[in-house]
Amino acid sequence: MMKETRTILSTTNLTVGYKDKKGEKPVLTNLNLSLEKGKLTCLLGTNGAGKSTLMRTIGGIQKPLKGEVFMQAKPIRSIDAKSLSKQLSLVLTDRISPGNLTVYALVSLGRFPYTSWLGTLSQEDKDIIFMAMEATGILEFANKHIGELSDGERQKVMIARTLAQNTEVIFLDEPTAHLDLPNRMEIFHLLRELAVKGDKAILLTTHELDMALANADHLWLINQNQSIDSGLPEDLVLNGLLEEAFQRDQLQFDYELGTFKRTSTQSKTKVRLEGDVILKRWTKSALERAGYEVTPDASDLEIKISGTLKTPLWHLNYNDTTYKTIQELLIQLNNQ
Amino acid sequence: MNAITQGKRLRAKSLILLGLMLIVLFLLDIGLGSVRIPVSEVVKTLLGQQIDNSGWQGIILKIRLPRAVTAILAGAALSLGGLQMQTLFRNPLAGPSVLGITAGASLGVAAVMLAAGTVTTTFSIRELGVDGSWLIIIASTLGAALVLMLILGISFKIRDNVVMLIVGLMVANITIAVVSIWQFFSNPEQIQEYILWTFGSLGGVTNEQLGALAIIVVTGVILTFFLSKTLNALLLGEDYAQSMGLNVKWARVAIIATTSILAGAITGFCGPIGFVGIAVPHLSRSFLNTSDHRTLVPTCALVGGILMLVCDIISQVPGSQTVLPVNAITALIGSPIVIWIIVKRKNLKASF
Repeated sequence: MMKETRTILSTTNLTVGYKDKKGEKPVLTNLNLSLEKGKLTCLLGTNGAGKSTLMRTIGGIQKPLKGEVFMQAKPIRSIDAKSLSKQLSLVLTDRISPGNLTVYALVSLGRFPYTSWLGTLSQEDKDIIFMAMEATGILEFANKHIGELSDGERQKVMIARTLAQNTEVIFLDEPTAHLDLPNRMEIFHLLRELAVKGDKAILLTTHELDMALANADHLWLINQNQSIDSGLPEDLVLNGLLEEAFQRDQLQFDYELGTFKRTSTQSKTKVRLEGDVILKRWTKSALERAGYEVTPDASDLEIKISGTLKTPLWHLNYNDTTYKTIQELLIQLNNQ
Repeated sequence: MNAITQGKRLRAKSLILLGLMLIVLFLLDIGLGSVRIPVSEVVKTLLGQQIDNSGWQGIILKIRLPRAVTAILAGAALSLGGLQMQTLFRNPLAGPSVLGITAGASLGVAAVMLAAGTVTTTFSIRELGVDGSWLIIIASTLGAALVLMLILGISFKIRDNVVMLIVGLMVANITIAVVSIWQFFSNPEQIQEYILWTFGSLGGVTNEQLGALAIIVVTGVILTFFLSKTLNALLLGEDYAQSMGLNVKWARVAIIATTSILAGAITGFCGPIGFVGIAVPHLSRSFLNTSDHRTLVPTCALVGGILMLVCDIISQVPGSQTVLPVNAITALIGSPIVIWIIVKRKNLKASF
């Protein structure tokens, strides 16, 4: 299949930002981006980098300062609200809690653009609502009230509402912001599945690097030059653009772990570790936090890790003692 | 999914029950008062049959029937005004009186009563008949619309609903202050008329005026029902509503216009009646446990009518010659209802 046909939303020389009496305040400039069907795209950026502004602009809520947004090759500003609502649906960060609204009623609001003046649901509408609730796994809550749901369940209901709206493009602003790790993973998994199986173009904003790296088919990375680097997550890691985008003093990207960590300029005691890879990884993490530098070179301080994953043992070279926890080991090191 | 159709049946039953309650209270309201008339005689008279006591017949047809109908119209109109304001501002304490709509209507009425001199005192307005009633309705609706437009204009700048409510209260205060200054420079007789009007009365509407009032309120109720789908979309907030294809600006104007017509007309004829507009939407939501405006609109109209009839019966103090101002009774009954709902449900805020 040709690449052109997969692209559903694109921008040309787009500049987004705000206008006030003092003039224009561009947040992101000269963006040439495209969103493809069947892919989960993550818009990644630090707080205040302009994630929401960009999403509002390409979603047609806010006017661009320069350039153009195209939906199916049509300028988005020329599409009326009702037609647009059949092509693009949103999940916003606003915490909605109409206590008396049931899950079913909220999801059925997604049919708004399709129903008659009174909003009466046809059998087709009801079938689509049923499918949307089934796909997001919320059928069992159908008659619960929104106020009774957990944050994770509520987010799924909001996603079900966009499915009921039956659009090819779905935008989600920080969909995992208040969720714990299992819920975050579940939402990302769900969105990927919807993108692939439903052949939808899904764009979500996040500042959770690990989630984006693990789940995105495509990354839009807001860099420090008010622009966006676009590409496969792994490519952006390996060409160093990801590290550049999040560059801060005392922050360093760990290419092995795929996360950032603090660096310290103080001189550190060097330690050499020996043993199983996994046990070494966690011991290293604890030692680095405590201010030691783990080095592969020979050192005065050597720790041999033995035992297995559930029952590890640490042996310290200079006093020839074995410890059962890293805590005990660190106490000995600090007393030295 | 079966539970959903079950819920529908339950709602239909509730509406029928409320309708029956309304009819019973309507007959009681006509029967009770300074002179007690048996309900059977009331029914006979309303069905157009002659009854033995022609005095009763006169009381029923000339005084009590218009008053009871006015009570139902006022209750329905104010409740629907409150429902729309609460949904639009997504605030449980919003209502026509809180956001200054009633104050605006008062300003309109004050302008007619105080400024135009003796020609337009309440007495002479009643003498003017239908033309005069239109004058009062137009003045109070324009007053209500003026304040609402002001609030609407400010609400474009402010997105926070609590702040918006405070702004509404301040605008109401300014409006009341303007009326006070106006009163200060007016004749005592004119002020007396105006103050009597502020006590609220369901009995001041004559049969001819009732026709005008009924047309306006029924139109407003129908318009509100037409806005059900729009109001449902607004439950999720304006951004979501817009993303679902709703023209939010137009919707705001339509809702505010409908509310001004409903609240403005009732305030013009019956005086500023408080609390019904806030309490009834909560009662209805609590009663039916739904946020769907297609159900809430008819329910609010019915519950509003029922509550106003109860207030009217109490304000007549059955068996005595005393008539209390209805505005005081609605507050006496309405406030405990609001407190009771807050205490019982503890999730009043979660409605929005």
